[in-house]
Amino acid sequence: MTQWSGYLGLILQGALVTIELTLMGSVLALIMAFLAGMGRVSRFFILRAIATAYIEFFRGTSIFVQLFWAYFVLPFAGLSLTPLQAGVLALGLNVGAYAAEVVRGAILSVGREQYEACTALNLARWQGMRHVILPQALLVMLPTFGNNAIELLKATSVVSLISLADLTFQAQVVRSQTGSTLMPFLSVLIIYFALALIISWGVRTLERRMARGLDGVRV
Amino acid sequence: MPAPIIKVDAISKSFGAFKVLDGLSMQVMPGEKLALIGPSGSGKTTILRILMTLEKIDGGHIQVDGEQLYHMERNGQLLAADERHLARMRQKIGMVFQLFNLFPHKCVMDNVTLAPMLTKGVARAAAEKRAMELLDMVGLADKAKAMPAQLSGGQKQRVAIARALALSPKIMLFDEVTSALDPELVEEVLNVMRKLAAETDMTMLLVTHEMGFAHDFADRVLFFDRGRIVEEGKPDEIFRHPKQERTQSFLKKIIAAGHRV
Repeated sequence: MTQWSGYLGLILQGALVTIELTLMGSVLALIMAFLAGMGRVSRFFILRAIATAYIEFFRGTSIFVQLFWAYFVLPFAGLSLTPLQAGVLALGLNVGAYAAEVVRGAILSVGREQYEACTALNLARWQGMRHVILPQALLVMLPTFGNNAIELLKATSVVSLISLADLTFQAQVVRSQTGSTLMPFLSVLIIYFALALIISWGVRTLERRMARGLDGVRV
Repeated sequence: MPAPIIKVDAISKSFGAFKVLDGLSMQVMPGEKLALIGPSGSGKTTILRILMTLEKIDGGHIQVDGEQLYHMERNGQLLAADERHLARMRQKIGMVFQLFNLFPHKCVMDNVTLAPMLTKGVARAAAEKRAMELLDMVGLADKAKAMPAQLSGGQKQRVAIARALALSPKIMLFDEVTSALDPELVEEVLNVMRKLAAETDMTMLLVTHEMGFAHDFADRVLFFDRGRIVEEGKPDEIFRHPKQERTQSFLKKIIAAGHRV
């Protein structure tokens, strides 16, 4: 029994790495999503082109390959990353590309009359974006952002391939040391699922709070 | 005689193959209250939207308050206006929309104070003090903390009027501001506009289907049809003794539809 609890400790250490990757990856993904998503609706061709290129490239190539590039190829260009840094970079850039399309779609979903009100009130384009359009678009983005965050959580398991001791990696370790398959894989199954539930719940709570007062019912 | 505050000179504007404005010219004197009437698609709303820089023009010139709206003079040459020029010109003009266009995520107070704080750098305390005066004027001082979704259509429109007034424009444009309202809520909005007309010397342009209100409110009525002004004159001339056959048949239809003139 004490042996099992020792192995469980290993798995929980892996869970911490997974959580760390998910949080840091999500922050990077969020930043990239807003940069690229707003770039896509920019007035300037060059910004639209850069944003489109980024989105298409990171959606169109596999996250495995992106991770291998971040970890194994970048050092040849003089940039050596730790496994954690490489993992955050690949996950953030990959999921950010998907989320950028969410940002773009949400911005376009805000009605034309809101843009016209901004013009009539003489707000500069970025002021209207910051104070009027984005706050309303954010509410549209949130549910899909929740999906993206869960995707990112599940994608963190790829970092086990560059020997980062995340949840999946630790499960393999425990399995090879104990010969037991069920216990480690059942534990990681439950932990991934619990983490995903926490993300869902968090996003829903945030959504409820932000929608408060908007429709006159949820005051 | 003072110079006109708005001078529209041979404006044309098409949406695709449809010519909305066809060499339209008009002048508005400072402080004048103008009603623009006519069938839908006649271009009356479009000219308001053009004055608010919500639509681009295809040709012609507009002067507002002595300056070109869509052009800038640089070394004696007329160039297309850039965003900075447009922003400066927009300070002179405010607009109220048919569907209010309030910001649904901001309370009434924030709707009114947002633009003065952002575009004129007014401090929050001063902006809120001014907003309370304006909300008081439109009879909504008790709704400052309410969200737009909690208000009736008439209340929303009065907030929208206060919001536009907060920037102290010289010219106010009203685009069918009562058309989306339930009949019993129309009067509260019209009352605010009467008060505005009586208490300020703002120039007001009003697109409306409320002929009775246009008659009482306006100094001058312009009848639009197919992108041109067919007839203009004092309200009594237009409504009681229209000269043009188009004006007569339009007014006949409106009266048949149950509107008071």
